[in-house]
Amino acid sequence: MSFFWTRGAASRWPSCRFDPVAAVVVRDLSVARGGVVLLHGLAFTVEPGAALVLRGPNGIGKTSLLRTLAGLQPPVAGRVTGAGEDAAYAGHADGVKAQLTVAENLAFWAGVHGRALDDAVFRRFDLAALRERLAGTLSAGQRRRLGLARLAVTGRPVLLLDEPTVSLDAASVAGFARWLQDAHLAQGGSAVIATHIDLGLHAPVLDLAPFRAPADAPGSAHEAFL
Amino acid sequence: MRALVLRDLRLALRAGGGFGLGLAFLLIIVTLVPFGIGPDRALLGAVAPGILWVGALLAVLLSLDRIFALDHEDGSLPLLVTSPLPGEGIALAKAAAHWLTTGLPITLAAPVLGLLLDLAAPARLWLLLALALGTPALSMIGTFGAAVTLGVRRGGLLLSLLVLPLYMPVLIYGAELARRGAAGEAVTTPLLMLAGITLATLALLPFATALVLRVNLR
Amino acid sequence: MSIWEYANPKKFITTFGPWVMPLMVVAGVLLVVGLGWGFFLTPEAQNFGSTVKIIYIHVPSAFVAINAWIMMLVTSLVWLIRRHHVSALAARAAAPVGLVMTVIALVTGAIWGQPMWGTWWAWEPRLTSFLILFLFYLGYIALWSAVPEPETAADLTSAVCIVGSVFAVLSRYAVLFWAQGLHQGASLSVDRAEHVADVYWLPLMVSMAGFVALFVALVLMRTITEIRARRITALMARAERAEAVA
Repeated sequence: MSFFWTRGAASRWPSCRFDPVAAVVVRDLSVARGGVVLLHGLAFTVEPGAALVLRGPNGIGKTSLLRTLAGLQPPVAGRVTGAGEDAAYAGHADGVKAQLTVAENLAFWAGVHGRALDDAVFRRFDLAALRERLAGTLSAGQRRRLGLARLAVTGRPVLLLDEPTVSLDAASVAGFARWLQDAHLAQGGSAVIATHIDLGLHAPVLDLAPFRAPADAPGSAHEAFL
Repeated sequence: MRALVLRDLRLALRAGGGFGLGLAFLLIIVTLVPFGIGPDRALLGAVAPGILWVGALLAVLLSLDRIFALDHEDGSLPLLVTSPLPGEGIALAKAAAHWLTTGLPITLAAPVLGLLLDLAAPARLWLLLALALGTPALSMIGTFGAAVTLGVRRGGLLLSLLVLPLYMPVLIYGAELARRGAAGEAVTTPLLMLAGITLATLALLPFATALVLRVNLR
Repeated sequence: MSIWEYANPKKFITTFGPWVMPLMVVAGVLLVVGLGWGFFLTPEAQNFGSTVKIIYIHVPSAFVAINAWIMMLVTSLVWLIRRHHVSALAARAAAPVGLVMTVIALVTGAIWGQPMWGTWWAWEPRLTSFLILFLFYLGYIALWSAVPEPETAADLTSAVCIVGSVFAVLSRYAVLFWAQGLHQGASLSVDRAEHVADVYWLPLMVSMAGFVALFVALVLMRTITEIRARRITALMARAERAEAVA
């Protein structure tokens, strides 16, 4: 069944981490949650090597937008190209199995993505000392680091990050930002990040407030009944 | 897919994984039935294939909500769905892991537990065959049911209610195969039907399961 | 002019809303005529006595119970393929009617079976199939009410309906095979319309038409109710959204 594993980003180019990938292009996108349109008319492009920071008050639809980019939910209208199968999504939950060790958790995600587990990941995310610990015994911040390390393990060039720094201390935030800048973006990856703190990236900020959809925006699951 | 099956096996074997749950349940049933219907050996031997089949089915039913619920709680499921694994592959891998941790042990244990119910030697072999052919279908159908009730809070009862009528053909042909084999009657029809249902289930239900998973994660 | 125009909820209500009462009246007349004719104006069968008259309720309810599921299967497919909301809501509306018809068929069957076969229940293919159908209806209805998000609920119940239909057909053959294996005679299936003499057949057809008209009227009425309930949800969602945006 190995043909299932080779889809997505393979590491055929030893010099560069990622295949030359297309930019993430979003055109005229409408995003909904529970059938209610939250954002409309969204348009942006994230080139390889660049990041985009999403800003906006709670409930504006950052999570729904990231889930739509990840292909978890269909767009109400508009088009997304360059994400989907090239994207790795990290939501509020880390997808960490409490009964598995740190190394086993990462080895699993590497296996699912058809990749070998590189030892550098443990160093990068400050997990080397925790390798054989059961994930259930980790602190919230350590568990978060494990969840973020999964992103590196997948080898996917486009990261979709939903509040990645929650429960991280200042040192860990700085470490994560360093990994993002030096190991990911610098090697041709890209990222769309919803965050409220400044990661110190040289990334444009997209304020979502102007794209907030009015109550009668087209595309709602309810509109046939109104 | 292999990574997913191996992880689920490992999780089942770790503390709190619920590996022995189905087996223990089957043992409880086999222990209780003679107290319920009396120690008459002829009677026990006659109902043993049916009791063991119903027990196996209930034991499987008991373990179904674990298939997706834990992955749903800790957020692994959306990550799996967006991984290179196709949804159908996830469904098959989940069903395979469930069968290896529930259906296979039950299949192997049932003939031994049959000793307690005075099941004759050829009958034990037929029971083994019938369970080996039928339990994969139980796991696959159960995986579909678990995917349907993924988002329902405390969906255990609903899951049983949905899956129970779907289990009916498997139970009928499975128990009939074991009974007829034991009685020395013609077994071609139940044998072929049971094998056919299992194969068709494994071929088609992964697609329905993948569809339902996507809907529930939307 | 296409049939799909009626998939618009508003058009559906304005078109079919006025049909409900006339259909109810037609159903009432047909049922009074059919059941009255059947109960009071037909001779008692030689070997069945007056118990045979329950056939005028038993057979039509069983007929509607099965066809309600087939209607749900068709509307579920229409929902999955064409995403017409009315179709999904019609399936939802038909399910409780089908469930009640199944219960009526089971109960009248038991009441009929007691004097005829000397037992309230036998594990006979037809009875067992109806018990399985009953379970299908229960699960389907429970799933609709357990999932709060209407489109998700429609998708999930449609999938269950389609998969369930395949397994229902499988169960039917499995049960036939199984009961035959237990050597139960076919003599129990006296409820086949072909076996019935003409004096019974005509009133049976009239009450059958009455049950069908009743089913259609109830499903239309309930579909319209479901559409209105969805409209309330939609209005509330819009109002909530307007408040959030402002």
